[in-house]
Amino acid sequence: MRDAQANWINPASDIEAIAVAVDRVSKTYPVPFLRLKKFFRRKFKPPVEALRVVSFNIRAGEIFGLIGPNGAGKTTLTKIIATLIQPTQGSATVNGHDTVRDDERVRRNVGLAGAEERSFYWRLTAEENLLFFARMYTVPHAHERVHELVRRVGLERRVHERVGALSRGQVQRVAWARAMLHAPHLLLLDEPDTGLDREGSELIDALLAEHIAVGGSILFTTHLLERVLQQSDRIVMLGSGRVVYNEETAGLDYDTLQRTYREVTS
Amino acid sequence: MRIFLLHVMAILWKDIRYELRSRQTWLGMGMFVLLVLVIFNFTFDLRVDNVSAVAPGVLWIAFIFASLLGLGRTLAAEREQHSMDRLLLCPVDRKAIYLAKLLGNLLFIGVVEIVALPIYALLFNVPLPAALLLIVLLGTLGIATIGTLFSVMAAATHARELLLPILVFPLIVPVVISVVRATQQLMAPTVNEPPWIGLLIAFDVIFLSISMLTFQYVVEE
Repeated sequence: MRDAQANWINPASDIEAIAVAVDRVSKTYPVPFLRLKKFFRRKFKPPVEALRVVSFNIRAGEIFGLIGPNGAGKTTLTKIIATLIQPTQGSATVNGHDTVRDDERVRRNVGLAGAEERSFYWRLTAEENLLFFARMYTVPHAHERVHELVRRVGLERRVHERVGALSRGQVQRVAWARAMLHAPHLLLLDEPDTGLDREGSELIDALLAEHIAVGGSILFTTHLLERVLQQSDRIVMLGSGRVVYNEETAGLDYDTLQRTYREVTS
Repeated sequence: MRIFLLHVMAILWKDIRYELRSRQTWLGMGMFVLLVLVIFNFTFDLRVDNVSAVAPGVLWIAFIFASLLGLGRTLAAEREQHSMDRLLLCPVDRKAIYLAKLLGNLLFIGVVEIVALPIYALLFNVPLPAALLLIVLLGTLGIATIGTLFSVMAAATHARELLLPILVFPLIVPVVISVVRATQQLMAPTVNEPPWIGLLIAFDVIFLSISMLTFQYVVEE
């Protein structure tokens, strides 16, 4: 893992190094079979504009909080950075690699864990799932790495059980272990605290701190304003697909943030 | 190349292990083939002089429809749990994903076919020459190459069970004609027939090349 981490941007040597650059990104989901629907004069909903000219940077070693109401475009933006979808306009880069033109390198640098993860093979055990993804990332010494992470997320006793038999919180822990398997530079956490107990929340806090300590960067989305204020170095608020707020959290108070959030959601 | 093959083997092994634990695809396909063979055996008036005209068609109807059942399931399971997104998030060549899924489908269909062939021979009172295995392999490869590609497209829609046959059937018509005629030729050879096995190989190569080249665009957004 140290080999992989050696390729990261070193925040100590270049404090202003950019880990993620989102440059005028727009995303419109087209209407399927639009011409056919027009030809047959069928009713159709207009195309969905999920993101409209969104720009911001995430510095290396930064915890970046992305907040906004439902449908603001948080998940779409996370998926664009993770290379799962392509922007309609604009570009996003991770460690200087374009998410469209250089997608394979971006994938090596990104770990993603979503809210209430279901994206596992439910008839395989937690260990088999993690070993499979370790092979996909060609992680050296996969067994050792998997067991190291399983211990770290506190799942040693249930690792040989099928994922389908695990509780929601335990599946979430497997998801964090998977996101960190290949020691990615950037962790993308989509609402990581959904459905977590106190122990789970403490664990994720510790994992985030460890990731930052080794020079990684984190982008997380959440609805919880208190959490984003405590955890992140910078906050970007999205409203109807636009950036409506972009501030560093140092010196920011909860009331101001809550007022802005209410204005956006209303 | 080594990493490519490692990825193919890892995905294939995962799919086999998953199927061994659920047995949904194998059992579904197996039951379907058995039912088709039994029903057609009762339906047709089989005599020595017409068996070579009827039996190949029955065999391939059973295999083609059973294949579509299996092809629909293998990728729908990935889509339903959104595990395909996670697979696509890995730095894996999309051709490796396609090849692994194709090999998996070939294996699942192949096992059902190997079990079904002796039953077919018994019910229809036909011999099982070694060349039939070659025809079955080439025919299954042709169906699976196109079927694997289109099952990815169909799996992303709500009406996948309906859409997959509609997309696949028109494209596999040349393969279907070739395998049925090649099987007939094997049972009752006639003169001046085109080289059906050669045509099958050509169709397989064309389908495989096109599918490998286009899979990336089909599987991604």
